[in-house]
Amino acid sequence: MRIFGLSFKVIKTLLTTQYAYMLEYRIEIALWALSGVLPFIMFSLWSQNDVGNSFGLNDIGLARYFLSAFLVRQFSVVWVVFSFEEDSLSGRLSPYLLQPLHPLFRYVASHLAEQATRLPFAIAIAITFFILNPSSFWLPSLPQLFLAYLSTHFAFTIAFLLQSLVAALCFWTEKSSALERLIFVPYLFLSGLLVPLSAFPPNVLKVAMLTPFPYLINFPAKILSGMPVDIFNGFLAQILWISILVPSVNILWKLGVKRYTAMGA
Amino acid sequence: MHNNPSDLIVVDQLSKYYRVANKQPGFKGTLKHFFDRKTYHVPAVTDISFKISPGEVVGFLGANGAGKTTLLKMMCGLIHPTTGLVDVAGFSPQRRQTDFLKEITLVMGQKQQLIWDLPPMDSLYVNAAVYGLSDHEAKVRINELAEMLELGEELTRPVRKLSLGQRMKSEILAALLHKPSVLFLDEPTLGLDVNAQARVRSFLSEYNKRTGATILLTSHYMADITALCPRVICIHKGKLFYDGDLDSLANSLSPSREVKVELKNPCASEQFEKYGEIQDLNDRFVCLLVSRDKLTDVVSNLLTDFDIIDLEISDPPIDQLIGELFIKGEVN
Repeated sequence: MRIFGLSFKVIKTLLTTQYAYMLEYRIEIALWALSGVLPFIMFSLWSQNDVGNSFGLNDIGLARYFLSAFLVRQFSVVWVVFSFEEDSLSGRLSPYLLQPLHPLFRYVASHLAEQATRLPFAIAIAITFFILNPSSFWLPSLPQLFLAYLSTHFAFTIAFLLQSLVAALCFWTEKSSALERLIFVPYLFLSGLLVPLSAFPPNVLKVAMLTPFPYLINFPAKILSGMPVDIFNGFLAQILWISILVPSVNILWKLGVKRYTAMGA
Repeated sequence: MHNNPSDLIVVDQLSKYYRVANKQPGFKGTLKHFFDRKTYHVPAVTDISFKISPGEVVGFLGANGAGKTTLLKMMCGLIHPTTGLVDVAGFSPQRRQTDFLKEITLVMGQKQQLIWDLPPMDSLYVNAAVYGLSDHEAKVRINELAEMLELGEELTRPVRKLSLGQRMKSEILAALLHKPSVLFLDEPTLGLDVNAQARVRSFLSEYNKRTGATILLTSHYMADITALCPRVICIHKGKLFYDGDLDSLANSLSPSREVKVELKNPCASEQFEKYGEIQDLNDRFVCLLVSRDKLTDVVSNLLTDFDIIDLEISDPPIDQLIGELFIKGEVN
């Protein structure tokens, strides 16, 4: 059995090794999980000012949306550009480039392993949230949960590919993490992390929906929280973005590798 | 360059230029560097050609920045040449085809592929999976190499807890797990103590004998080169200026030999001037530099003219000769 050209054994070994590696850093991961509380801050801000109503959401709807946004963020957060830049500048990338495994698969494995490590912390934070806001408690149906799980993985894939595109610029600029800011700012405003996209004026919303960002948080969070959402078009847009980004990363990578100078190695 | 089927590696008129930008010191220099950055091409390797046969152990010699590591990186496919051709085992290295990658390995002193916080064994099993080794093959191979490298429980201890020598040996084990037939070793003994260096050298020599693998090695330690490499390729300022056996290099570099004499009684330095160049004179010990063509006559005359307890003839140390060579930048 092969997935993306990788044997099951390679996938299993990479994931278990990376999981073992992540467990060495469990305290750090707990802190990282806690550091993703921005949706909760936004929730308390909007609910206190009673702005939620203008978004078409009551307090309970707002609470469920931001808890869902937090959970989606936990399992779609990506940092490949920073790891890649460090490996590229320190020369650690060199042995990876000389092995019959695309180096990006190692970063995918480390992200997935980290997501598995985050899971108990994310559940604990969700339970705490329900204890503090008992009225917002809900259990999504199984189909809802499955679709939210799938769309979150697609969101992770889009975010990973977007950052890999920027990471590949390391072959040209050496400091591509600075360029990551160009993605982070629109991500922050257009993904639905600060405010549900339904709060945007219609024209702004139209433009936002042409970018990949609403499909990173807003779309999966709406499915999970049970808000009305166009599931078919949402998944279609996610698949479209993935099919645009995969060849783009591939082409940029191939061009970039020719320029690699193996600095520090 | 005509390729012979017996050549494993063919390097033909290979050149590599790097683009660099210089920055002048101070605030003015910083502003100029920011707004009007001037870049230019620096030649790292220029027009180098040579061939290597299967099973050869070849040492690359050169001062820092001579271009030997750049050459090694082009041969293993890590960087693309600016011009020229490289052929390794019938492959173009920069294409990094899977079959090619399974044939080669690169070990870089002080650079690691092992996962820092996990025991080497975890990284070894990742490598085994990546190279398509079965669990049984991986186990047999790890045991075999661990025995040769004198590694035991170190393989189950986190890498960060290992000494530099243990780490380097584990790195070598990881790099050789897939039975590569061409080894590119860039300073594999860098930073190791004398004993650890000797163990790595003896392992590489044994590995070459057992498997017939081709080894290409750069090192700043002459002991690595003299112990392992019958053939050396010297590079100076990106250009090849010697390719041949180490003994011939020593002969061409130094047409003289050292004659060390222990006398029964002290003698004045003037008494030795006619025999050769006096390198050292200390009480009853004399060291002379004598040209090779006069060596037999000089030794015979010394034994006749003086009361001698001991006499020793040797080549000047090779590292001293190579050092002089890099300063001069040419071979006589």
